[in-house]
Amino acid sequence: MAWLARRIAHGFLLVVGVSVLSFVLVELAPGDYFAEMRLDPRISEATVRALRARYGLDRPLPERYLRWVASLARGELGYSFAYGQPVGPLLWPRVRNTLLLTGTATGLAWMLAVPLGAWWATRRRGVADAGLAGLTAMLLALPDLVLALGLLLMAVRTGWLPAGGMAALGHEQMSAGERFRDVAAHLVLPVTALVLGILPVLVRYVRATVADALGAPFVRAARAHGIPEVRVLLRHALPAAANPLISLFGLSLAGLLSTSLLVEVVMSWPGLGPLMLEAILARDFYLVLGPVLASTLLLVGGNLLADAVLLAADPRIRREER
Amino acid sequence: MEAEPPLVRVCGLTRRYLGRARHSPIVQALAGIDLTIARGSDLALVGQSGSGKSTLARCLVRLEEPTSGRIWFEGTDLLALHGRRLLTYRQRMQLIFQDSATALDPRLTAAEIVAEPLDVLGRGDGRERRRCALELMETVGLPAAWAGRRPLELSGGQRQRLAIARALAVKPQLLILDEAFAGLDASIQAQVASLLQELQGRQGLTYLYISHDLALMSLLADEVAIMFEGRIVEHGVVGRIFADPCHPHTRALLATMPTLPASAGSPAP
Amino acid sequence: MPALLEVRDLAVRYDSGPGAPALAVDELSLDVAEGEVVGVLGESGCGKTTLLLAILGLLPGSAHVVRGSIRFRGRELLRLSDTELRGLRGAEISIIFQEPVLALNPVRRVGAQVAEVVHAHRRWSSRRCREEALSMLVEVGFSEPVRIHDSYPHELSGGQRQRVVIAQAIACRPALVLADEPTASLDSTTQAELRALLGNLRSRFGLALLLVSHDLAALAALARRVLVMYAGRLVEAGTPARVFGDPLHPYSRGLLRALPRMLDPGGSLGPRGLEPIPGASPDLTRLPPGCAFEPRCPDRLPACTERPPQDTRPAAGRQVRCFKYGG
Repeated sequence: MAWLARRIAHGFLLVVGVSVLSFVLVELAPGDYFAEMRLDPRISEATVRALRARYGLDRPLPERYLRWVASLARGELGYSFAYGQPVGPLLWPRVRNTLLLTGTATGLAWMLAVPLGAWWATRRRGVADAGLAGLTAMLLALPDLVLALGLLLMAVRTGWLPAGGMAALGHEQMSAGERFRDVAAHLVLPVTALVLGILPVLVRYVRATVADALGAPFVRAARAHGIPEVRVLLRHALPAAANPLISLFGLSLAGLLSTSLLVEVVMSWPGLGPLMLEAILARDFYLVLGPVLASTLLLVGGNLLADAVLLAADPRIRREER
Repeated sequence: MEAEPPLVRVCGLTRRYLGRARHSPIVQALAGIDLTIARGSDLALVGQSGSGKSTLARCLVRLEEPTSGRIWFEGTDLLALHGRRLLTYRQRMQLIFQDSATALDPRLTAAEIVAEPLDVLGRGDGRERRRCALELMETVGLPAAWAGRRPLELSGGQRQRLAIARALAVKPQLLILDEAFAGLDASIQAQVASLLQELQGRQGLTYLYISHDLALMSLLADEVAIMFEGRIVEHGVVGRIFADPCHPHTRALLATMPTLPASAGSPAP
Repeated sequence: MPALLEVRDLAVRYDSGPGAPALAVDELSLDVAEGEVVGVLGESGCGKTTLLLAILGLLPGSAHVVRGSIRFRGRELLRLSDTELRGLRGAEISIIFQEPVLALNPVRRVGAQVAEVVHAHRRWSSRRCREEALSMLVEVGFSEPVRIHDSYPHELSGGQRQRVVIAQAIACRPALVLADEPTASLDSTTQAELRALLGNLRSRFGLALLLVSHDLAALAALARRVLVMYAGRLVEAGTPARVFGDPLHPYSRGLLRALPRMLDPGGSLGPRGLEPIPGASPDLTRLPPGCAFEPRCPDRLPACTERPPQDTRPAAGRQVRCFKYGG
């Protein structure tokens, strides 16, 4: 398992690198949390300085970085200036909500894309081929923002679905079943927006890889042996097409915390997105770093998982790594 | 007899591949090769897959570094050269590969491919290089009108000719043909072979052929060296090898050579 | 008794972009009897692969059978539905392709790929299919069938992979095996082994073999009849001894002279061979109106440019398509 140790070491270095980079970049952005306060004539310069000293913003950058790492080791993620609380407890509920949204959307998108793309790969130059090509092109061209706003508009006009938010008023008073249905109803719109955004790229990608595999010589050989077409698709083409798809899936996992930012903001979904947006605008230093770190961990983890699955699925890679 | 050193001399050449994991075996691709090629005397290295013949070719042009041993080319120690000086010697030996489709850049046109070595060496200006390229194409029997074609628009035999034209651009002394005939149709093999004979007369080339096809090699080369598991097990003039093989592997190869009635192909009376 | 395979006047056209569509195969007729080995000799572009694919209905979408008939055991293959053809493929007629590394799925074990062919045509349990696969691996000469069964293609040598492909081809004891250059990509000792294996299997299972190859030795050793193809047409046919010993058609003659001359058992070198045929390979999209070989032919007659020659039988058991012999 030297391979695994190597990959984890790489991942660790990556996380460290990203954290340093983000630290530096946030710092380089003009202004800090207290910048607005300085503009307020009622607050004296001395007060601002004292506040900055209190939060440690006047210390040199490397020192602040090391202190932050030290606090990470203790399990704390820093302190939010705006909310006046430690970052951790602010973060986790939001992360959970985002994962609920993106997990559902990504899972749904993949479950639709793979059969659709595979089926599309078997149609050549027909009405279905042209139709799907046109449809995916249209969806690709449509900006996510327009999609989200459009769905929101439809919800408001028709009143079929709740327009935004994650839970209705009085959510806590509902029974477990009702609570489930409530959240589910609120999920529909943002998930739809996300799926419509992810799906076209995915379907085209699946189609390309499966079409490639279907053109392979061993597929022709399998047909020449009289193997039924369905089996050729499932037992020969798809496994051969799996390699690039598994890598892409790893990237999908990696993006779980970031793809939904726009949709969450537009639909007022209480996830990581709106929180990060606020924090960036306010230069709430540690509140920005927390989600960045979480995203990076997910990226590294996603890639690691994809690589592990690839190793299990493709014997040729196993041989090289040996 | 020889005031002039042999064209190529190889002494004790070995090439070992180390396994990556702890328990992977060490592969001894070449186990001590001693070889001499005299100028003007074509040599064929014949062996089955895994005998190490391609590895030897790659070590000669330093595409791979041997683990130990010496190589002299025209009397100069090849392994001691680096950088600019190695580049000078690289021009003197050129390698033609088996799969011309992958040896030629599919995005370049035929003329660009032939002119590429001149580009790299900075010889002449753009116009001169192109003129040179077209001349070389004519030499190998490809019409200048095809200068704009891409490799995949040419047949296998035509691609091999293009590869030969490219090799000739730098005026080499030694041409190494690594399974260059495999995969070509019989009549195309004959065409390429006759082109090579013609070029040899005109440009004073020496050929090193590498192949598993003993029958073909016996017709092209003056001397044959049989390789087996990284060693040269027999070396001699073609006639002698066929008449009086010493090593069991040579005998085995001769036994698998296809035989036809000797009168095959001769015109009806 | 009707022949096992009867091809009559087959013509296949490829849609090949601008210009006239190319007839990859034209006026092709041949017979294969039960248990007979028929060899097809020709170079790339002569239509031999197209012929094999047409028999099994495996032509790519850009190819169409323009006319002709292919009958197998009396059934017209060109009129069968895809399902019916699938029932035949692998079970009654199977095919061995040229590059074994390409014919096997790289991510699946080879044993499973042999068993799969059995499974597709028999209603047997997977255990029984596996046993049959193992016994096939023994038939093609593996001394450790279980180890090979569990290997992946990249763990085997070229010769071993080709044996696996042969195992797939005979797994359901077909009556006819089509072989497209089965020994081309292998080195000489392996070629010799596989030649022997094919001969062996043929006599043991009573297979008929349509062997496309430029390996004269294989054709001489195995085939009872040899057909020579050029530019999509059959130009000569006869026994190997006659076609190789006394070729009638100028192309056959040129081809045999282009091959490296084999030594006779006496050990002396005969005429050298490796004589090139002048001119270039035919461009199927731009064939001359007369005989396709005429531009390169040393024995040209005025009639050769007017129209393509017809089939003639200058002697018993010999067939040639050339104006020198009538036609």
